[in-house]
Amino acid sequence: MKKWTRRAFIGTGILASGALVIGVAIRPGNRSSKVVGLISKEGETVMNIWLKISPDNTVTAIIPHAEMGQGVHTTLAMMLADEMDADWSKVKFMEAPADKEYANYVLAKGFIAGDKTFPKFLEGTIDGVFLTAVKSMNFQITGGSASVRFTGQQGMRIAGAAAKAMLLQAASDTWKVPVEELKAEKSIISHPASNKTASYAELAQAAAQVKAPQQPRLKTPEEFTLMGTSVPRWDIPAKVTGEAKFGMDVIIPNMKYATIKAAPVFGAKVKSVDTTIPDESAGVVKVLNLENAVAVIADGYWQAKSAIDRLKIEFESTENDGKSQDDIFEGYRMAMDKALEEESIEEHFRSGDALTALSGAATIVEAEYQLPFLAHATMEPMNCTAWVHDGKCEIWCGSQNPLGAKAAVAEFLDISPEQVTVHNQLLGGGFGRRSETDVIRQAVAIAKEVDYPVKLIWSREEDTQHDVYREATVSRMKAGLDESGNPVAYSHQFLFKHHPPEAADIPYAVPNQLIQFTSPSSFVPWGNWRSVDHSVHGFLTESFIDELAFAAKKDPLAFRKSLTQDQPRFQKVLDLIREKSNWDSPLPSNWGRGVAIAQSFGSIVAEVAEVEVNVEGKVKVHRVVCVADAGFAIHPDGFKAQMESGIIYGLAAAMTGEITIENGAVAQSNFHDYPVTRMSDAPRIETYIINSGNPPGGAGEPSTPVIAPAVTNAIFKATGVRIRQLPISKTDLRVSIRQTT
Amino acid sequence: MINLTINGKDYPVEAPAGMPLLWVIREQCELTGTKFGCGIAQCGACTVHVDGQAIRSCITPATSVEGKSITTIEGISSEENTLHIVQQAWIEEQTPQCGYCQSGQIMSAVALLNENPTPSDEEIDQAMSGNICRCGMYGRIKSAIKRASAELQASTSNPQL
Repeated sequence: MKKWTRRAFIGTGILASGALVIGVAIRPGNRSSKVVGLISKEGETVMNIWLKISPDNTVTAIIPHAEMGQGVHTTLAMMLADEMDADWSKVKFMEAPADKEYANYVLAKGFIAGDKTFPKFLEGTIDGVFLTAVKSMNFQITGGSASVRFTGQQGMRIAGAAAKAMLLQAASDTWKVPVEELKAEKSIISHPASNKTASYAELAQAAAQVKAPQQPRLKTPEEFTLMGTSVPRWDIPAKVTGEAKFGMDVIIPNMKYATIKAAPVFGAKVKSVDTTIPDESAGVVKVLNLENAVAVIADGYWQAKSAIDRLKIEFESTENDGKSQDDIFEGYRMAMDKALEEESIEEHFRSGDALTALSGAATIVEAEYQLPFLAHATMEPMNCTAWVHDGKCEIWCGSQNPLGAKAAVAEFLDISPEQVTVHNQLLGGGFGRRSETDVIRQAVAIAKEVDYPVKLIWSREEDTQHDVYREATVSRMKAGLDESGNPVAYSHQFLFKHHPPEAADIPYAVPNQLIQFTSPSSFVPWGNWRSVDHSVHGFLTESFIDELAFAAKKDPLAFRKSLTQDQPRFQKVLDLIREKSNWDSPLPSNWGRGVAIAQSFGSIVAEVAEVEVNVEGKVKVHRVVCVADAGFAIHPDGFKAQMESGIIYGLAAAMTGEITIENGAVAQSNFHDYPVTRMSDAPRIETYIINSGNPPGGAGEPSTPVIAPAVTNAIFKATGVRIRQLPISKTDLRVSIRQTT
Repeated sequence: MINLTINGKDYPVEAPAGMPLLWVIREQCELTGTKFGCGIAQCGACTVHVDGQAIRSCITPATSVEGKSITTIEGISSEENTLHIVQQAWIEEQTPQCGYCQSGQIMSAVALLNENPTPSDEEIDQAMSGNICRCGMYGRIKSAIKRASAELQASTSNPQL
């Protein structure tokens, strides 16, 4: 592999329109640079543009993230505008196109293939801005609750601060006054001593000639004017008028519509299909065998769907045809036993000697947990519009990963990425599903067979049955307590480890720990599901610690507090949630409160669920109190909205979310058999944010992992029944048959 | 060829027997504010009004609504370039996240308030539980309905506003 380095610097230039652009350029440079080893493949000149100033004094922030309801365009622009002291009423944004001008595919691939760790020494520097762009657009994409934490903190803020510094320098040079005597406010630079003022636009051209500061000074929180306020989100007005355009809404002249019927069993192929166009199917244009699916192209979606439902399709049989959910769980348990027996189980974390400590413990608590596969069920079913023409390909879709989509299409068609244009649209829910490129590749596979644009739409049934799923899993947990109820040993064997890597860690001070995992093979495709591995481990850790508190005869909230004394952030969150949830006030019989807390994606979130279980066993979650140490919430109302969203999303999964495999295929198909939370089941949610002075934490995911255990711990309190299998609906909680643990 | 009246405008459309209104609205009339979510009247994303009643357009044959007055999210405000009081309340409460379900939510909310201008929490739950929001903005939807209800009350008791 050819190793070479680049020197990164802020690049400036004046566009033909007269706009000043400030971005990051990266070029081949000297070999002693710190970025050796990070970027290790052939690369081309990259110009990553972050902001521009127009002649009318408008500042445009260029945002490399997709909008899927998290308000990212508004929040990231706030970060840039605040550092720049731009006039918020004159700030706009554009979403960075997935284009080589915004990131270099070859370069990015080298970065992805090489060291994936963001180098600490580059944080807060201009070099870091570039790497953040690469990471955001190619590696981390819109996911991992990363937009504010990485692009915002290390990209937008620095770009804004650098722009301001350059504008100030330009004013200083022009007016021949010391830069310290100048003031920047609302896109105007003034020199109070001489009463001189100039707009950013007036200074932009001179500023473009100024050498950019390598490490511009960032504001302290006391200096923030926008960050920490809840300005109205830009994306909302169009979403109440129906004007907002999602991937589903794209209309291209001469476009036709397609839908598919995929092989029900994962990995199966089409054995036979009659591709002649049936006469009776009005409006049907083409039937295509895509090997793993059949597609019909027609004048409209309904025509295509009606035709495909009538097609006789045979699929080849596979070794998975007979597999059921029970087989899968049994296979998991056998894989776990085998890995333990053969000592092939991998170590996640070890401290002290858990086995010895267990053997000497006064009390042993042991439990097996089981979690189901989960589908994403975004409101907007999967879709993508593609047009292959003149050696090029254009696609229109809502993607969490537009650059990945571009790369996938280029590879699929065997054309260069420059020939692929991604027109990213609003996302009707992402939750991880729209970071995949399967639907995009399929749309291109259909479109390449014809010479007009095709909009591929999946039915809800296909969307449910050909998702990439949060894994089903089985976990074994064991802990030992001493005579006073203090945990002395903790052992956990789990299946599958995706990311983030620390998800199975526990925040609790237990001296002897052994955490291990093994990864059995699975034919059910896996995908990132909101909070990823935390969605599994939040439930496991927080259920089991509740079991330990019960065994130790201690209050579950106090127990958690006593085991996190070395973590002041946890202590504060636990104190505040005790107060806000009225933890110590009595509840009616058959009601209970449950608590859970976890740190994920840089935020620490605790939730208390207040739950009623009636005599018929119906569970009603009345109220959820959420306390989040957000580090610093850039947009507090947006942060709260994300907490609310993550709670309802996790609650739907906890209560009824279950994808099961029957005969090798997904048994569920639509919202009637994969039910989700509706308004009548939605609890009242109260969110309290702690700005602890730590770096901003993620918002999109951290409230999801803790809702399931908060609810099951509350059910335990209300009924004495410990729920170790999700969804909760699997457990019969009728008073008449309740079995308590 | 049949003729549909949508938002007060006539649309001649091709709608074979059984073709749902949803696809006519979206693909032939190009009014894409009305969304496809499930196709079986489970999620409410496709909600429109037919003669003032909220219906699920994904299971309503287009031929069955010929001659009736159809309203979509694009036509919910009586005047152009102004927002319906419910849409305004939605903005005030910063209700949508991804926004995909919101046209249907607003159509259901408008139908509810037309019938019952001061709904209780339980009545809101009942009227709105056919509309799924996967971003889980139920609390904000409820607050927005209450805000719109209060504003409707204020504007009727104080007509000069």
